[in-house]
Amino acid sequence: MGLTLTWLSVIILIPLGALFLKTFELSLDQFWGIVTSRRTLNALKISFGLSFAAACVNLVMGTIIVWALVRYRFPGRRLFDAVVDIPFALPTAVAGVALTQLFAQKGWLGAPLAELGIKVAFTPIGIFIAMIFIGIPFVVRTVQPVLIDLDPEIEEAAASLGANRWHTVFRVILPSLIPALLTGFALAFARAIGEYGSVIFIAGNLPNVSEIAPLLIVIRLSEFRYADATAIAVVMLVASFLIILLINRLQRWAQARIPVH
Amino acid sequence: MSMQTGLATSTTRLRSYAPATDVSVAAPAPRLEIARATPVTAHRNPRTEPGPVRFIIIALAITFLSVFVVLPLVVVFASAFSKGVVAYFAALAEPEALAAIKLTLLIAAISVTLNLVFGVVAAWAISKFEFAGKTFLITLIDLPFSVSPVISGLVYVLLFGAQGYFGPWLQAHDVHILFAVPGIALATIFVTFPFVARALIPLMQEQGTQEEEAAISLGASGLQTFFRVTLPNIKWGLLYGVLLCNARAMGEFGAVSVVSGHIRGETNTMPLLVEILYNEYQFVASFAIASLLAMLALITLVAKTILEQRLDEAEVPDGD
Amino acid sequence: MAIEVKNIVKRFGSFAALDNVDLKVADGELLALLGPSGSGKTTLLRIIAGLDWPDSGEVAIDGENALSRGASERQVGFVFQHYALFRHMTVFENVAFGLRVQPRAIRKDEATIRARVKNLLDLVQLDWLANRYPSQLSGGQRQRIALARALAIEPRILLLDEPFGALDAKVRKELRQWLRSLHNEIHVTSIFVTHDQEEALEVANRVVVMDKGKIEQIGSPGDVYDNPATAFVHGFIGESIVLPVDVAGDAVRLDGRPLNIPALGAASGAAKLFVRRHDMAVGPAGTGALEGAIRHVRSFGPIQRAEVALSGSEGKTVIEIDAPRDRELQAGEIVSLQPRRYRIFAAQE
Repeated sequence: MGLTLTWLSVIILIPLGALFLKTFELSLDQFWGIVTSRRTLNALKISFGLSFAAACVNLVMGTIIVWALVRYRFPGRRLFDAVVDIPFALPTAVAGVALTQLFAQKGWLGAPLAELGIKVAFTPIGIFIAMIFIGIPFVVRTVQPVLIDLDPEIEEAAASLGANRWHTVFRVILPSLIPALLTGFALAFARAIGEYGSVIFIAGNLPNVSEIAPLLIVIRLSEFRYADATAIAVVMLVASFLIILLINRLQRWAQARIPVH
Repeated sequence: MSMQTGLATSTTRLRSYAPATDVSVAAPAPRLEIARATPVTAHRNPRTEPGPVRFIIIALAITFLSVFVVLPLVVVFASAFSKGVVAYFAALAEPEALAAIKLTLLIAAISVTLNLVFGVVAAWAISKFEFAGKTFLITLIDLPFSVSPVISGLVYVLLFGAQGYFGPWLQAHDVHILFAVPGIALATIFVTFPFVARALIPLMQEQGTQEEEAAISLGASGLQTFFRVTLPNIKWGLLYGVLLCNARAMGEFGAVSVVSGHIRGETNTMPLLVEILYNEYQFVASFAIASLLAMLALITLVAKTILEQRLDEAEVPDGD
Repeated sequence: MAIEVKNIVKRFGSFAALDNVDLKVADGELLALLGPSGSGKTTLLRIIAGLDWPDSGEVAIDGENALSRGASERQVGFVFQHYALFRHMTVFENVAFGLRVQPRAIRKDEATIRARVKNLLDLVQLDWLANRYPSQLSGGQRQRIALARALAIEPRILLLDEPFGALDAKVRKELRQWLRSLHNEIHVTSIFVTHDQEEALEVANRVVVMDKGKIEQIGSPGDVYDNPATAFVHGFIGESIVLPVDVAGDAVRLDGRPLNIPALGAASGAAKLFVRRHDMAVGPAGTGALEGAIRHVRSFGPIQRAEVALSGSEGKTVIEIDAPRDRELQAGEIVSLQPRRYRIFAAQE
C-alpha cells in the first residue's frame, strides 16, 4: 500500500504538483498576458477548433463505420474491424510521417488533390486530417458494443407501430445511441486537443496559422520560457478536465434513464 | 472521475474499463450475429435498410477506413522499401539506427518492468481492499491517459530542467536526468503507467477475494497465496496490460521528445529518430525505422485480439 | 378482424419451425398459442405480424393478403416478451410513437394525439406514470404500457408474445384477469403465445396446442383438457399417468396382463394409456383393472395424493393418483385402481 502510494507520488503526483506550483509563481496578470497573447490564443483556437471539427467528422463517419461493421455482412468486414484500431496502435510519430508523405504535394493523395487546387500538407487542413485519423477509433469502439447489444425487439416494435425505416433509425435507434455517441465524440475531441506526434509533421507549424498548442508548449520550453509553457499547459489541462467532467455528467444522465442491464 | 467511465456502456467489464487513449481500447469482434438467419428482401425484413442505402453505407465505411487508416500504414512500408531492400537494411544498420533501437528496447524494458510490478501492486490494493481515498487513487492512475503527452514531458522539465525545482541541485551534483536516459525512462513510465493496473483492476475485482481467503484458511502465507492463487488467475490480463504498455513505451513520442534533448546516438529513441531523419529528408531511413514501429503495432494488434479471445473465454459466466 | 393462415412452412436451415400450419381465427377471439419452446408458436405469431416471413403459405387478415405488406403497413399491434419499450422516451412518448410516425397525410394533430394517449393510459390505469421513463417502472407496469402502445395504432389484430413470461407469479395472475377483462372491453381479435398451460386455459376463448411446428389440437380450454386429441396434448396439458400397454382388438394389456377396459377404438399394437390423476378410482383390492401397494400418502386440501407401486411390475412402476378424502388411504394398503376416463394412443415409432 505504502509502496504504491510512494510510487504514484514519485511518478505522477509530484510532477503534476510541480506544474501547478509553477503556475502559482505567475501573477494573474502574467498568466493572463501569456494566455491572451496573439500567438497563444491562435494556437489554442487552432487546437480546439480543429479538434472539434475533426471530432464532428469522427462522430458522423464513426457512426457509419459502426453501422456497416455491426449490421452488414461484406467481404473483409473482420479485417476492417481490426483496422479501426490502427490509429491507437501506431506510434504517433509514425502516423505523422506517414500522413505527411501521403498528403505531401507529390504524395499518393497529395498529388491528385494538388491538381484540384487543394493543398493539405503543411496547412490547417493537414492538422484536421491528422486529428480525424487519431480520433476515429474512439467513436467506433465506444458506440460499437452499444449497437451490438441493442435489443432487436426495439426495431421490430417500431416497425409494428407503423414506423418506416427512416423513422426507426432516426427516432429509435440513434437516440438510444446518444450517450455512447457523445462519449465517443468527447474522447476523440479530448485526444485531438492533446495530440502532438501525428499532427506536427503535417501541420506546417506556421505561427498563428498552423501551430497547435502542444507544439507551442514545446517551442516555449526550447526557449526556456517555462512560465509560458506552463500557462498554456494549464489551460489545456483545465479544458480536458472540463470535457471529462462533461462526459461523466452525460453518462450519469444517460444511465439514470437507461439502466445497464 | 475519469474519462474511462465514458466507456461504461460497453459490454464486457474489461472493455468498459478500457483506457481512453491508445491501443488498449478493445477491439471487440462482434460476436453476436444480429442479422436474422434467413436472407429476406429489404422490403420484408423490418430490421434492415434498402439495398442501395446499405451499399452506400458500406462503401463510405470502406473508403474512409482505407483512405484514412490503411493507406498511411501502406505508405510506411512503401516508402521504406522505395529504394529497394538493400537500402532498407542499410538504413537499419546505421550506427544511429542501432543506437536508437537499443535505447528504445532499454527504455521499454525499464518502464515495463517497473509498471508491471507497481501495476500489479496497485491493482491488488484497489481491488482487494477497502480504504479511504480509493477513488482518488483510481483517478490518479487514469490521469496520464487524459493528459497531453507534451504536458507529461513538460512536468519533468519543470522538476529537473535547468530552471526546474531540482535543476540547480542536480547540476551541482552532476546528476543527469533530463536530456538523458533517466528522464526518458521517467516520462515513458508516466505515460504508460495506467496500462497494467487498468487491465488488472476489473479482472481482480470480478474474481473477488474468496479464493485468497480460502488459500489463507488452508494455511498458505501471503506470498504463497499471491503466487499460487492470485497470479495464475490474472495471467492473461497481466499479459494484456504488459503488451499494451510495451507498445506505448516503444512508440511514445510527445513526452519523450520534450525530455530527451535529441542527442544523436545517445538520447534518441526510435520515434525520435524517425522525426530527425524525416526532417533531414532521409526518407528511406526514416521510414525504415518507422516500418519497425509499424510492425510492432501490427503484432501488438494481433496479439491483443488473441488475448481478448482468451480473456473472454476465461470470463466466468455469472454463477449467482 | 379475422385471420386466416394457410399451409405455412418456415424452415431455419434444416429445422422446420412451422410445418404446414393452418389456422383460422374469428373476429373478436382471444386465442392462445400453447406449446413447449421450439414448437413454432412464436414464429407463427411473428409471421402474422410481418416480423418473419414464411417460406411458403398464405396469411390473410380480414380477407386481405398480408404477406404483400411489411410489418409497418399491417396495422398489427405486437406486444413483445420483454416489452421493447423505447428507453429514451417517456411513457407518454412511447404510447404516442405509433401516432407520431404515421404518414403526414393521415397524421392526427397534437391535441388529438395527446387526448388519445391519455385515453389509452387511462385504459391501462397508468395515466399517473405518463412522464416516467420505462426504467422507472415495474415489470407489470411496463407490460401494460407496452399494451397501451400497441393499442395506440388502433390495431386490426393484437398479438402478444409470452405476455406474462417475464413477471413474477403474483403479478402474472393479476395481469391475466386484467387482460381478459380488457379484451371483453375492447374486443380486438387477439392471439397470445404462452408455454404455460394454466395461462392459456384461464385466459383464452380458444387454445391452439402446438408441437414441433405442427398444430396438435384446436379447441376450447375444456376441450383440450378433457378430450385431448393426441398423446402429446394429453401429456402436455394437465398431469397425466402414462402406462405402456398393448392393444389387441378391443383388449388392452399391461405387462401381458389384461386390464379389462375397452380399447376405445385404438389400433392394435403398442400403445400408451393416459389417465388423469383424479380419474383413477380407488377401490378395495380385487375390484379394478389395476392393483398396487400404496407406498406413501400426502393429504392436502380436498385431496390425498398417493404413490402406488403397481403389482406385477416388481414395484418398478410407480404412479401418483389423486383421491378424494372420503376414505383415508394408508401406506402399505393394497388397493385396486379403475380408470374412470382414459385415452389410449398408439405409441409413436
